[in-house]
Amino acid sequence: MINLELPKKLLMAQQMSHQVAATVFRPIARKYDKIEHCDTPQELIPLGQVIKGMGTGSSGAGPESAGDSIKNGANMTQVLTTGEMSWGCIGLMLSIPGLGLGNAAIQAVGTPEQKERFGGLHCAMAITEPGCGSDSAAVKTSAVLDGDEWVLNGEKIFATSASRGDAVVVWATLDKSKGKAAIKSFVVERGTPGMEIVRCEDKMGLRVSDTAAIVFTDCRIPKDNILGSAEIADTAEARKKAFGGVMQTFDNTRPPVAAMAYGVARAALEITKDVLQKEGVEFGYDKSINNSSALQAEIYRMEAELEAARLLILKAAWMADNKQPNSTQASMCKAKAGRVGNKITLKCVELCGSLGYGEELLLEKFARDSKILDIFEGTQQIQQLIIARNVLGKSSSELK
Amino acid sequence: MSDQSSACFDLTLTEEQRISRESIRRFVESQVKPYARQADEAAQAPEGFYDQANELGLSLMPIPEALGGAGMPRSPISNMLNAEDLGQGDMSLAIGALSPLSFINTILDFGTEAQQEAYLTPLASESFVAASIALSEPRATFEASALSTTAQPNENGYLLNGVKTLVPLAAQSRFILVIAKLEGEEGNAGFVVEAGSTGMHITAETFMGLRPLELNRVELNNVQVAASARIGLEMNRLLDLSSIGLAAVAVGCCQAVLDYVVPYVNDRTAFGEPISHRQSVAFMVADMATELEAMRMMVYRAASRAEQGLDFHENAYWCRIFCAEKAMEIGTNGIQLLGGHGFIREHPVEMWYRNLRAAALLQGSVVI
Repeated sequence: MINLELPKKLLMAQQMSHQVAATVFRPIARKYDKIEHCDTPQELIPLGQVIKGMGTGSSGAGPESAGDSIKNGANMTQVLTTGEMSWGCIGLMLSIPGLGLGNAAIQAVGTPEQKERFGGLHCAMAITEPGCGSDSAAVKTSAVLDGDEWVLNGEKIFATSASRGDAVVVWATLDKSKGKAAIKSFVVERGTPGMEIVRCEDKMGLRVSDTAAIVFTDCRIPKDNILGSAEIADTAEARKKAFGGVMQTFDNTRPPVAAMAYGVARAALEITKDVLQKEGVEFGYDKSINNSSALQAEIYRMEAELEAARLLILKAAWMADNKQPNSTQASMCKAKAGRVGNKITLKCVELCGSLGYGEELLLEKFARDSKILDIFEGTQQIQQLIIARNVLGKSSSELK
Repeated sequence: MSDQSSACFDLTLTEEQRISRESIRRFVESQVKPYARQADEAAQAPEGFYDQANELGLSLMPIPEALGGAGMPRSPISNMLNAEDLGQGDMSLAIGALSPLSFINTILDFGTEAQQEAYLTPLASESFVAASIALSEPRATFEASALSTTAQPNENGYLLNGVKTLVPLAAQSRFILVIAKLEGEEGNAGFVVEAGSTGMHITAETFMGLRPLELNRVELNNVQVAASARIGLEMNRLLDLSSIGLAAVAVGCCQAVLDYVVPYVNDRTAFGEPISHRQSVAFMVADMATELEAMRMMVYRAASRAEQGLDFHENAYWCRIFCAEKAMEIGTNGIQLLGGHGFIREHPVEMWYRNLRAAALLQGSVVI
């Protein structure tokens, strides 16, 4: 039955996350934006423990409607809670211990033994290199088996939480000449000799979240720290499948990143409406858009765009929960939310004039934070490429 | 609503909706799509089209059994799905086929029992009986809350004066629900004006699109209606339901645009390969598909809130402005992707472009 409202159980989860965002994140968002480089903020440590205790994200048990098998499960819960926490501060949310992207990768492809070993750690993800970003098949970092150990060499950049985390999931190639199929991921624990955090980047936004550059120099890790099989697929079919499997984890991580864009944009829009209402602007939705004032029309349009992004996110998550392939929808929601989130936060600064541009409110911070959401976890253009290939029925060699 | 609050977010159609959708889509494929262009050129619906459409039971369904209808529960979602499917065939014929239903739904929502009996019984017919709603007035700054058409009370009921525009099928309508500003009272009300009423003058209008819909200007010059013809309207509900309905029709048409351009850009070659291998073309298609999906979700949510009895004013408002904007964007890009060929009337994209322009300006025509 067509119903785009959320069940009570999910609304409660959303409400709890909102509480965290409002009472923990918001009061310290400006402070940590200024501090920028620091250890995990003290205020987040109890939160990390609570979340770890709940085993968040991995539980598939969501409410089920009676009589059929339609589920609102882990994916839906994740986009809702991520959206709410992002309403508070995305940088702080990403700094919560234990919620790293690497954790998601281990959950997705790790063996039970690996999940046991690394499950309790805060795991970052390191894919990007100085010479490759969107083209993740071009990684140069190498992994060579030497006895019972893998030896890693190379340089990684833009690794979120890698300096604060307990471990990093690193993408490396077993044999550069064998292309995508030879790319595997490895868990490297902090303190492993040969792994060095060389710097944390100074960024425009998301400042409190650490973004590390890592150099691996003959870094030796145990043989069973590889995630998935060590075999290099040799048929074209198997190669495609192997890398496709890696890329598929993005179908699950894109909707939550889209939810971040939704959350920060909603935050900006709420503050903006509040500011404008205090100055006497009313929002009654009582006249057609072209007979409304420019300010009203601008707000109405942003609200509509935001709602559109939100619904695309929910659809992608709903499909994932119900085991429907959602690669197109995951990219659609990321593309839409990424661009809309950025546009809204920027417009809100403009609409509030000096108040928006100033550091007294959080609007300028939201506008700085939102830009990266249209870039990481697949840029706008990469999402468009994926959508286009799916809609047009084109392969990556045809539509480059 | 307690059972609703535990219901899951869900985009699955009910069995009933699936079956109904199948029959509407069959009808669209065989009776609408193939005739859309010729109807556009002729500026009229194909001979017998509305009688065929009537066999789908659109009008009959919600009319109470006692009045000769099928007595199905009032369902904005089912109406919305029908609007989407018919719109995929042709916007003009969709809006025309749904015009009586819009009148019926409005009388069901706001009419008294006596009014329902008087105005719905004649519409519960085996053959198509047209009815329509007259809301818009020919003014750039038209606003439904500030009508120029007036209803002046007198000893026999009300005297109606004013000019209405964009009234579908007005010339053949058995009933026209004229929405007018009340003199001596606050607000608007609807007045059912019967065909051939003295003082009502109907002239065909011509527009850039929606040509087969036979839109009309309706001039009311001291038209006398009985007091019993007054329908107490809740304007927001009426406008909101029609915003969702029109947006649903636009979703259907935009789907037709997308379905048409995808094979075209894959087949058309330039510089030695299909033009779809170029990102500037492919990304345009990607954005069309994304915004179309967003339009559909906006329409579904607003309709489902209406169905559940939840407040849906803001949702319908967003739905209207979002779909109006994106529909036109998709319409114009549809032509762009075909290049010069898109401008030639051999292809339907120029027709869809002209029709989709109306998604921003019709009001009160497709009440779901």
